Amino acid sequence: MLSAIGVNSLEELFSHLPAEVRLNRPLKVDAGKSEYEIVDYFRARGDENANGYASFLGAGVYNHYRPVLVDTVVSRGEFLTSYTPYQAEIAQGTLTTIFEFQTMICQLTGMEVANASMYDGSSAVPEAAMMAMRVTGRDRILVSRAVHPEYREVLLTYAQHQGMPVTEFEYVRDSGTVDLGDLESKIDGKTAAVIIQSPNFFGVVEDVRRAAELAHKHGALLIFVFAEAVSLGLLEPPRDADIVAGELQSFAISPVYGGPFAGIIATKEKFMRQMPGRLVGETKDSRGNRAFCLTLATREQHIRREKATSNICTNQALIALMATVFMTVYGKEGLRELAEQNLAKAHYLGGKLKQRFSGPYFNEFVASTNGRTPQQINDALLKRKIIGGLPLKKFYPELENSMLCCATEMTRRDQMDAVAEVFAQ
Amino acid sequence: MIKKVRPHINQNEPLLFENSSPGKRGYQLPPLDVPKVDAAAALGAQNTRQEIENFPEVSEVEAIRHFTRLSTHNYAIDLGLYPLGSCTMKYNPRVNEQVARIEGLAWAHPYQPESLSQGILEVMGTLETILAEITGMDAVTLQPAAGAHGEFTGILLIRALLESRGNARKKLLIPDSAHGTNPATATMAGYAVENIKSNERGMVDVESLARAVNDDVAALMITNPNTLGVFEENITRIAEILHAKGAMVYMDGANMNALVGIARPGDFGIDVMHLNLHKTFSTPHGGGGPGSGPVAVKKHIIPFLPKPRLQRAAGQWTWNYDLPQSLGRVRAYYGNIGMHIRALAYIMAHGGAGLRNATMDAVLNATYIRALMAPHYELPHQAPTMHECVFSDSRQAKRGVHTGDIAKRLIDYGFHPYTVSFPLIVHGAMMIEPTETESKAELDLFVDAMISIAKEIEDNPEFVLKAPHNTRTSRVDEVTAARKPVVRWKPASTANKAAD
Amino acid sequence: MYPANFRYTKEHEWVRVEGDTGVVGITHHAQEELGDIVYVDLPKVGAQVEQGKALGSVESVKAVSDIYAPVSGEVVAVNDALTTAPEKLNADPHGDAWLAKIKLSAPEEIKNLLSAEDYQSYVGAEGSGH
Repeated sequence: MLSAIGVNSLEELFSHLPAEVRLNRPLKVDAGKSEYEIVDYFRARGDENANGYASFLGAGVYNHYRPVLVDTVVSRGEFLTSYTPYQAEIAQGTLTTIFEFQTMICQLTGMEVANASMYDGSSAVPEAAMMAMRVTGRDRILVSRAVHPEYREVLLTYAQHQGMPVTEFEYVRDSGTVDLGDLESKIDGKTAAVIIQSPNFFGVVEDVRRAAELAHKHGALLIFVFAEAVSLGLLEPPRDADIVAGELQSFAISPVYGGPFAGIIATKEKFMRQMPGRLVGETKDSRGNRAFCLTLATREQHIRREKATSNICTNQALIALMATVFMTVYGKEGLRELAEQNLAKAHYLGGKLKQRFSGPYFNEFVASTNGRTPQQINDALLKRKIIGGLPLKKFYPELENSMLCCATEMTRRDQMDAVAEVFAQ
Repeated sequence: MIKKVRPHINQNEPLLFENSSPGKRGYQLPPLDVPKVDAAAALGAQNTRQEIENFPEVSEVEAIRHFTRLSTHNYAIDLGLYPLGSCTMKYNPRVNEQVARIEGLAWAHPYQPESLSQGILEVMGTLETILAEITGMDAVTLQPAAGAHGEFTGILLIRALLESRGNARKKLLIPDSAHGTNPATATMAGYAVENIKSNERGMVDVESLARAVNDDVAALMITNPNTLGVFEENITRIAEILHAKGAMVYMDGANMNALVGIARPGDFGIDVMHLNLHKTFSTPHGGGGPGSGPVAVKKHIIPFLPKPRLQRAAGQWTWNYDLPQSLGRVRAYYGNIGMHIRALAYIMAHGGAGLRNATMDAVLNATYIRALMAPHYELPHQAPTMHECVFSDSRQAKRGVHTGDIAKRLIDYGFHPYTVSFPLIVHGAMMIEPTETESKAELDLFVDAMISIAKEIEDNPEFVLKAPHNTRTSRVDEVTAARKPVVRWKPASTANKAAD
Repeated sequence: MYPANFRYTKEHEWVRVEGDTGVVGITHHAQEELGDIVYVDLPKVGAQVEQGKALGSVESVKAVSDIYAPVSGEVVAVNDALTTAPEKLNADPHGDAWLAKIKLSAPEEIKNLLSAEDYQSYVGAEGSGH
């Protein structure tokens, strides 16, 4: 190979690099290891984490069973080791599954178009807000304080240099639902979008229709956010929303300490051209057979550059495929049954603890800690190999003695009884 | 002659929705161990849906056949060379996939106590340290979810630094050879874009750059080696010009796989850069993600890094949220940890010397292709290239055949095409990056295919224009897809109604 | 090829003056360069436009091209048919596929534009430049 190139050594291939940029020492990285040693290292790291604990944490990351088929499919090299399907003729596998994904997201959310995925739910929220700015020509965003606090932090990071002022509105202290009165007092003719989440961060189901009516009355869009996708198996789809921004972690995506996950943006057909992210469309090949390809790419950065709808490029295709397989395996009946099990488990636990809020909840809720601190309760639970709920004071100073508790189909009755026992002590 | 492939049977597959029949199921849930709850009573009848209309209903066997059949309609690295320039389609080691699924790592909840997360934090801390060593930078954040997300983070960091010095400034300088994400990122971070022209050698023209740098310039966004595969040999001088005017230098690390172990951006004047773990560090592309875009910075940028920051205190890893100058969060939780695990596994397998060897092999492979293809295709820039090379279709265009057509014909030979029509500064660009993964035998097959196509274009351009000929899906009508977008399946009755 | 009663811009738009209104479109050369046009973004009726400033855009599968207003004034009509049938721009760019009608606010601007003959030689020269 060297003689074909016309050089005498590998080093010569780098001779055009100026001497002052060259690294003249070996990298300080340990010598290469065998496969066995690598597996061993990561097993040991895994053992240093929580293993064999029951967990009542939710708050945007849920403990749902991953059907075996999911890994079987995503481990296939044809899906795992292919690139973004620019060459449609040899990427119909990926393109078809994305088209199915887009369709299922529409069926779940009641929207007319869905993109091929976003990084995660948290970054989908500011992308949806920027989209609302483009659609309405307005710049103000109103976001409910019952939206995931970290999603709101991400929204603020994105908003600060877009000329997009973000204002928060309150939740009702008794019910845990959005305070429509506060929303009404803050909304005006400059509001581009109102953002609510349901079930919200407290697990409480919101009245989407009333929030949408209020937004629409002022010419603003309603952005509906979901973090617990399984809830859509049972809850009325947010048909009154204009944009849906969500997180699919619940659909067979391992928690992996917070990522990679997959977000989505779905919307009405009339806003399609303002939507960020990749989109797959149906067409035909030159022989007249059905075929799929990436479409409406002119919205995207590689064509429109500084005028693009977003800088988003590669995103979460393989993770979206996990969600696609999950939705296929559970299907129409299964997703409902799964959601019903979640509801039943959470309400079993909820019935045994003191509820902080009166609003309807799906699979998580805020429990009052009866004069003890959440820390005291969680310490006691850890002794029983149980990770308790999320103390809320860090995000909501007013919710000092409260923790967010989640139960899913994976939570066992005896584990919930144990939690109730510790709370009652 | 086509040596690598011959046609074989592969099966048609309808969409899931067309394959569904009522009542079919592919799952089994255990019986409830708690009392059933009436949904309408618990959630309110108005909040509860009747059914998910048209959602799939298939058996487990139907599900696995569906996805397996579809998978056979894809090309993949596992099937052969995937020479997409700038995308770095290298082999994805399977041990990485296995370790990322170890239960204590895969099932770690981001809000579980730090005391029960030390293993995963150790993985992240180790990766941060190694990436800092590889890049020659002082600190790394693993939070950004992808390359473009890393760019966004990096430019916000520069903005935060300049703001703290009293003036965020107005624009970014971006060479005309840059990835489209660069200008799109600039806009998202509130900066105007000024394009910098490349010179005839395919590098940033230092004189015109010097003229463009003034007090309005926040930073230069540069890719090095650039998208032509050419190392910007004046990079140190370029950085000096920017720094002299109080501006920063951002490096798009998409092509870092040409530098690992050879040169470090931190040593040639870069202030902030991102890495694409799915390029340089072998995490799978997965049909378009997930990626991961760590950002590496020099000391003066550290106070502005996204929060929380991983730190070690009293022998324990812990998250530090007390960062008053931080730009905030760019995503929830801490990043695409699953990708961090895989990247660290890749680095461990190679070790320092192995990483450097991978770089050398990547450059060797690309330069070999360049040498063998040069007699047959136009090479518009003569400067030495590194991990990729860019040809132009100008000779073939005289016969009416363009880069996109040659790419389609390459498919018939059993290869994924190169990157088509990018970078924009080369008319009819054919951008080829073989990576270190490939053997000489596979490279020779590729070069033979390219030479054979060049001959076909001389003899029978019409034939190439209609390629691919041997694929199950022939040339796809992207025009109709864009004119009349159909982006979801609809049941036959509604689809007809919509067409009326 | 290029109607003598039209005036042209170097950005490949044309305008045909009818009384106090200018009918605006893109040239045959422009549609040929773009290839199959898949989408047209038209201005809103009532919008004020300025000569040389963006009026809308046209898209092919892999490119977006801004359309610049050849004359200043108020948009009084747009060709809605193009929204559902952008292919008309490829078929009949100088006729059926006009883009917008602009009530001229500065009719003297027409003098800044190219004649059919000048435009023909301009695109001829541009064409041979490749």
